[in-house]
Amino acid sequence: MTDIVHDNEAAPGPTGTGRGADYVPIFGDSPEGTDVWQRVPYNPDDYGPVSDFATDFDHADPSYNRNAPEIWKELREGGCPVAHSDRYGGMWIPITHDTVNEIAYDTENFTSRSVVVSVGRPGDLSLPAPIGGAPPITSDPPFHGMARRLLLPAFAPKQIEPWEPEVQRLCRELLDQMGEIVPGETVVDAAVQYAQNIPVAVIGRMLGFPAKDEELFRKFVHDTLERITDEPGTREGMDDLGNYIREQIEDHRANPRDDLTSYLMNVEIEGQPVNDDLVGGMVILLLIAGIDTTWSAIGSSLWHLAQHPEDHQRLLDDPDVMTFALEEFLRAYAPVTMARLVAQDNDFHGCPMKKDDWILLPFPAANRDPLKFESPDTFIVDRKENRHAAFGLGIHRCLGSNLARLELKVAIEEFVRRFPRFELAGDTRWSVGQIRGPRELPVRILEVAE
Amino acid sequence: MRVHLDYGICQGHNRCHALAPELFDVDDIGQAVLTNECDVAEELHEKAVLAAANCPEYAITITENRLT
Repeated sequence: MTDIVHDNEAAPGPTGTGRGADYVPIFGDSPEGTDVWQRVPYNPDDYGPVSDFATDFDHADPSYNRNAPEIWKELREGGCPVAHSDRYGGMWIPITHDTVNEIAYDTENFTSRSVVVSVGRPGDLSLPAPIGGAPPITSDPPFHGMARRLLLPAFAPKQIEPWEPEVQRLCRELLDQMGEIVPGETVVDAAVQYAQNIPVAVIGRMLGFPAKDEELFRKFVHDTLERITDEPGTREGMDDLGNYIREQIEDHRANPRDDLTSYLMNVEIEGQPVNDDLVGGMVILLLIAGIDTTWSAIGSSLWHLAQHPEDHQRLLDDPDVMTFALEEFLRAYAPVTMARLVAQDNDFHGCPMKKDDWILLPFPAANRDPLKFESPDTFIVDRKENRHAAFGLGIHRCLGSNLARLELKVAIEEFVRRFPRFELAGDTRWSVGQIRGPRELPVRILEVAE
Repeated sequence: MRVHLDYGICQGHNRCHALAPELFDVDDIGQAVLTNECDVAEELHEKAVLAAANCPEYAITITENRLT
């Protein structure tokens, strides 16, 4: 069924040098002519817009991210806990908390070899499967635990908390750069001028990359997460970033300094230093996972506040409510849907899943399951019981969750303090694909703090 | 009241530490550590319940002491 790509002229993959035949660019594009990357038999033009999400689900449909909560609700109420699609070579989509949770925990039947659904997927030759191109997110046990252990210390609360003043400074700078604001008249784009700039600057600084290069990261992230129906080998941002990361690693080798890149270059697995490929893979993970996601969460939260002045007021009157509000933003507007590949044929509650079928893991849908959350479609700013799954469930819990929380908290605090009232001013443009959030968010500023 | 933490289930979401720092610490890799294995003081009951009710992995349980 699947066409195997033979593209020997393809440019080098994400980190370029020293790739063996077993290299799999999980996040990346079709690499240096190997047989490991399969083009799935899917041409979006044959399908057109989705008419029924239960049987023809497509998260890249332009209507999906805008209407996702309504789509999940309809599926659940229509008695469809697991939706299906023939797109992307076959894809299953659990919608309920229970089914999402079960798949997230089952690393035997569902592999993380690729976590972004696209028209290319790693085939059987893509060894070593347990590692993947951007460990540990693309790794399965037991390698997953080893790779994760390398990164965890850098993202523990004690390491992340000291970044708060820096994030604050950055947010204030972005607000200052909006120039003179005339209340009731000035419209700013809270996604373009604010949200999208915060995580990219923070992770770039943590990695010790030059601030001027942020645009390059954003392009790369966009190519990976949104251009999912492009032919393998055509997403040029991938190669640019691969070359760029290779240069940064060289630069850090020549000029070691106290940052995350140097930290990653000095870690060891079982007493052995890690090679540049692994360092590059982890850097790619941090860029991908750390940029679009938090940017989306910040944007969605501001989108909510623009329409709910009562929640905005509560944040101003009672700053301590942020402890709960932050989690409610994460629950109601969780940005991240993950993916898996079916590792072996299995029957999942009556769904005949075939090896290499895609699985979408919509944690945001799990967060709105009425069996787990009271009034799930209502935003309750001080919701007390909130076991939301915004950062995933099981062994792949978001490594950067402490950093994401810090950025989201500070970004909201600074925006609502500076602009005590604002409202939507035109059409919000939503992202396409697995990361859900506003890409354009025009808001009219109604009041500026003294 | 006693609090129990299943270290095998904890994935380091850190919600418990944020909500009840008197009962939970976080180790160097971000995993929760229960710092109070004894009876929980009454003024911390609410925080203990909150920590349990916000653990995405259901790693925290609470038991009431038996009356003797």
